[in-house]
Amino acid sequence: MAILVIADHDNTAIRQGTLAAMTAAQQIGGDVTVLVAGEGCRAAADDAAKIAGVSKVLCCDSPLYAHHLAEPFAALILTIARDYSHILAPAVTMGKNTLPRVAALLDVAQISDISGVVDADTFVRPIYAGNAMATVKSADAIKVITVRGASFDKAAHGDGSAAVEDLAAAEDPGLSSFVGQELSSSERPELTSARVVVSGGRGMGSAENFHHIETLADQLGAAVGASRAAVDAGYAPNDFQVGQTGKIVAPELYIAVGISGAIQHLAGMKDSKVIVAINKDEEAPIFQVADYGLVADLFEAVPALEAALAS
Amino acid sequence: MKVLVAVKRVVDYNVKIRVKADKTGVETANVKMSMNPFDEIAVEEAVRLKEAGTATEVVAVSMGPQQAQETIRTALAMGADRGILVKSDDDLQPLAVAKLFKALVDKESPDLVLMGKQAIDDDSNQTGQMLAGLLGWPQATFLSKVAIGDGSATMTREIDGGLETVEVKMPCVGTVDLRLNTPRYASLPNIMKAKKKPIETLEVGDLGVDVAPRLTTVAVEEPPARQAGVMVPDVATLVDKLRNEAKVI
Ligand SMILES: Cc1cc2nc3c(=O)[nH]c(=O)nc-3n(C[C@H](O)[C@H](O)[C@H](O)COP(=O)(O)OP(=O)(O)OC[C@H]3O[C@@H](n4cnc5c(N)ncnc54)[C@H](O)[C@@H]3O)c2cc1C
Ligand SMILES: Cc1cc2nc3c(=O)[nH]c(=O)nc-3n(C[C@H](O)[C@H](O)[C@H](O)COP(=O)(O)OP(=O)(O)OC[C@H]3O[C@@H](n4cnc5c(N)ncnc54)[C@H](O)[C@@H]3O)c2cc1C
Repeated sequence: MAILVIADHDNTAIRQGTLAAMTAAQQIGGDVTVLVAGEGCRAAADDAAKIAGVSKVLCCDSPLYAHHLAEPFAALILTIARDYSHILAPAVTMGKNTLPRVAALLDVAQISDISGVVDADTFVRPIYAGNAMATVKSADAIKVITVRGASFDKAAHGDGSAAVEDLAAAEDPGLSSFVGQELSSSERPELTSARVVVSGGRGMGSAENFHHIETLADQLGAAVGASRAAVDAGYAPNDFQVGQTGKIVAPELYIAVGISGAIQHLAGMKDSKVIVAINKDEEAPIFQVADYGLVADLFEAVPALEAALAS
Repeated sequence: MKVLVAVKRVVDYNVKIRVKADKTGVETANVKMSMNPFDEIAVEEAVRLKEAGTATEVVAVSMGPQQAQETIRTALAMGADRGILVKSDDDLQPLAVAKLFKALVDKESPDLVLMGKQAIDDDSNQTGQMLAGLLGWPQATFLSKVAIGDGSATMTREIDGGLETVEVKMPCVGTVDLRLNTPRYASLPNIMKAKKKPIETLEVGDLGVDVAPRLTTVAVEEPPARQAGVMVPDVATLVDKLRNEAKVI
């Protein structure tokens, strides 16, 4: 079987989700090619060549792919798609945005956000915010798949030495153009790959108070997350949202502060290894998934925690 | 400008779903059903475009069983002008839904199709992107801001690292994210008025589309349950447990 993995990268290096997609590809089994498309992306292609198990890297370096706009990017993938039995991408913005377009134009289904590989045709994926797991079997000749990063180990990275080949750009469909972006800049680890995540909810009460979460996170070298209610209230930027419709995380330690534990939030973090919940309401559903629960006023507990960690 | 807006009938987001004992799916009999929350946001946006004079007509479309009419009525009560129900009692997968929508777009010639970014039952997050691909139209997914211009639209999207703004040609497909707007509650007079608005019912066969499922469900199961944890009395005990029992800090 020939498998194509679409890399998520920042032009200089591949991102973690690509390594999870690579693991899924290896579980399917076959010859794996990685596509790296971007503007000035040669370094990322060289980085992809170091992933263990990759047999070839295709590098398409063109301004057309600088922002992975779905229309030109799907057109590029379609120039090579029919050479493969499986096309995989991490379920990050790039994969979620582009791959369904590719699938539709190949007249095949997409299997979204898989959390397990049963065999080359059969996959497990969460539905209903992870409250049920569906095992689905595809009858299509080409399987187009997005991969949930938190559900797969990261493929070994560093020893591989695949060949890097250039791939020509496809014709620009001329439907869309990039205008600008506002990225939240942060020195902290990236949310979906951090070892520790500290998240704050509506209980934080204000954007100023939300800084307590950031201080605690910095002490632990953690990423910062938030509930939808905290994001909607403007305490935290949208890309901090953890949950069914935000980011899916599975860190070693997840600390939920002032978060009630709605199913939509649990959907994004209940696979974390150790969950700590701090909430003043002992009935809060978050305690049902917490390994360690502390019923306390967060405005006392968080500073006390900071002090205890410092000692 | 004509806007087509997708409204899917799904299990209400407050319902704690149960997996059927025979593992064929999720229990949906006698369960509260509602409009997919993202679709409420899509309807709200379409109605606001109409109120602003940008849109001239808003058509709410649902695909599914006869009861999906109720979902269309909700959209009509929020301010949509008319509805189309494509009736099907079968499992319509995203590719089939996208093809049915394409057939309707060919018939209705809208300038904008608004959909939810994902349906909260199947969580596929694909239908809008598929429709755009099939139509050869641009797609603006995960929208947090919509600004319709002359022949193009400036769209702000929620992306992994923050926000991105793109310009797309019209016509286009947009899929909406949570923070685009806050949907209104339909007022009683509007609910009454909605009863008189027309809903056209089509059969899948009328649209000449192959809707055969491409994926078969082998099993639907409960996710592994987490082991019950412990309550700790104070911060000192918490830190001790994290350091010495869980060994995560
Ligand atoms: C379609 C849809 C998608 C959604 N997607 C997501 C998603 O992806 N992610 C997500 O998070 N939500 C999502 N939601 C929203 C979700 O249903 C909840 O509304 C949200 O998670 C609640 O956030 P919260 O726990 O911060 O707020 P609340 O439910 O208001 O909980 C606040 C908690 O803080 C506690 N608290 C208050 N003050 C203190 C104090 N001083 N000390 C200690 N504790 C305190 C309270 O006891 C309470 O438990 C979605 C909803 C819908 C309809
Ligand atoms: C195990 C299992 C069994 C199922 N059995 C059945 C069944 O027997 N009968 C059945 O009807 N379904 C069934 N479904 C659901 C069906 O498969 C999904 O509706 C379909 O896959 C679409 O996925 P989605 O809605 O998550 O797409 P998404 O791509 O997440 O939807 C995005 C947006 O597309 C639009 N949209 C999608 N579908 C519709 C629609 N029907 N009408 C209007 N707008 C729409 C909405 O705007 C929605 O917000 C089943 C699903 C599973 C997992």
